[in-house]
Amino acid sequence: MSVLAALDLGLALLVVGVAAWTVSARNLFAAVVGYVAYGLLLALVWVRLYAPDVALTEAAVGGGVTGVLLVTAGKRLDALASAEIGAPPGRGLKIFAGALAALVAGALAWVVLTLPSTPPSLAPAAAEAASGPGAGLGNPITAVLISYRSFDTMLEKVVLILAVLGVWSVGADAAWGRAPAPLRKPEPDGAMILLAQVLAPVGLLIGLHIFWVGADAPGGAFQGGALLAAMGMVAMMARLMAPPRIDSRKLRLALVAGPAVFLVVGVAGLMLAGHLFAYPQNFAKPLILFIEAFMVVSIAVALPMLVSGPPDGGAK
Amino acid sequence: MSDLFSLVAICAGVFFFFAGTVGLLRFPDSLTRLHALSKADNLGLGLVVLGLIPRADTPLAALKLVVVWALALVSGASTAQLIGRALRRGRK
Repeated sequence: MSVLAALDLGLALLVVGVAAWTVSARNLFAAVVGYVAYGLLLALVWVRLYAPDVALTEAAVGGGVTGVLLVTAGKRLDALASAEIGAPPGRGLKIFAGALAALVAGALAWVVLTLPSTPPSLAPAAAEAASGPGAGLGNPITAVLISYRSFDTMLEKVVLILAVLGVWSVGADAAWGRAPAPLRKPEPDGAMILLAQVLAPVGLLIGLHIFWVGADAPGGAFQGGALLAAMGMVAMMARLMAPPRIDSRKLRLALVAGPAVFLVVGVAGLMLAGHLFAYPQNFAKPLILFIEAFMVVSIAVALPMLVSGPPDGGAK
Repeated sequence: MSDLFSLVAICAGVFFFFAGTVGLLRFPDSLTRLHALSKADNLGLGLVVLGLIPRADTPLAALKLVVVWALALVSGASTAQLIGRALRRGRK
């Protein structure tokens, strides 16, 4: 066995091991830490599968944003658990839940095992589409995302906005329109402030760079936006920035900017290029970058708002 | 010559990672484990980066490697501080 194959095998075993440990961890915080480690290992797996675009997304979202989201949710759950202790589920319910989980896992395993040996692939069609209307983009993945699968890509961002609306709607009626509670205690450590001050400007630059090179190299709107979002969260944790009020017009405009611009350009394609979400042949690249720029804004705003949680009623 | 340099630097880096990992597993409490880990992060990664610099295709790629190390230094040092302070608060 070559060295690389041995490394791959070790990586695969490690991913399965960390996944099993995460599921079986009794402590909520330990499970969250396990999940973050699992996300980072998955990013390495994607690198080994020659999918650096997916690896970047997985590292930023699976390892970073989801980790913060879960830690925050875990804290709120802890606060709830000390306030009201519900009855533990009975044996019947446990067996029922276990059976359901086994059924889902079994069905998934069956589907994977019965896949045809040469899976039906849209890759040739996608490659053709990418070299057509997405011409001028050196990164086929960005071309496929924005021109071949444009509708999916736009709806993904709509889902993100719906998620933010869902989080907001959990807040109390009286709190509607106010800002979410700050992420951390009133006086953050000096180390946290220094980290935010040093890291945020650099992260901002790298985030924009990843978005910009996404046209020609691994990267793109989601990866860049997620990095910008992470920098926003670091600044909020250091209390250098407060979460905005949710009735702020700027915030709402930023949230809908990405999908709205995408939709407008898509409909314009109906008139200019013949069909919905088609781009005029020699104007495709600037148009795609234009759409992506607004996508970056929406993603960079939506993710921190998801993590910040519902608006807070308790004005002190 | 540059191959030899890379080999020596990366092997030294790997040694620090190994030592840091052993410390993480064997040291008795969180503060000493934190100490072991920061050695692996800072010196280990630094030496690996140093070994990779002669192998970078362009000066820009070499600069990116150094930036990666600098970012790891900043975030590693800050998080070590934060974890250490959280521990001290927990002990009081």
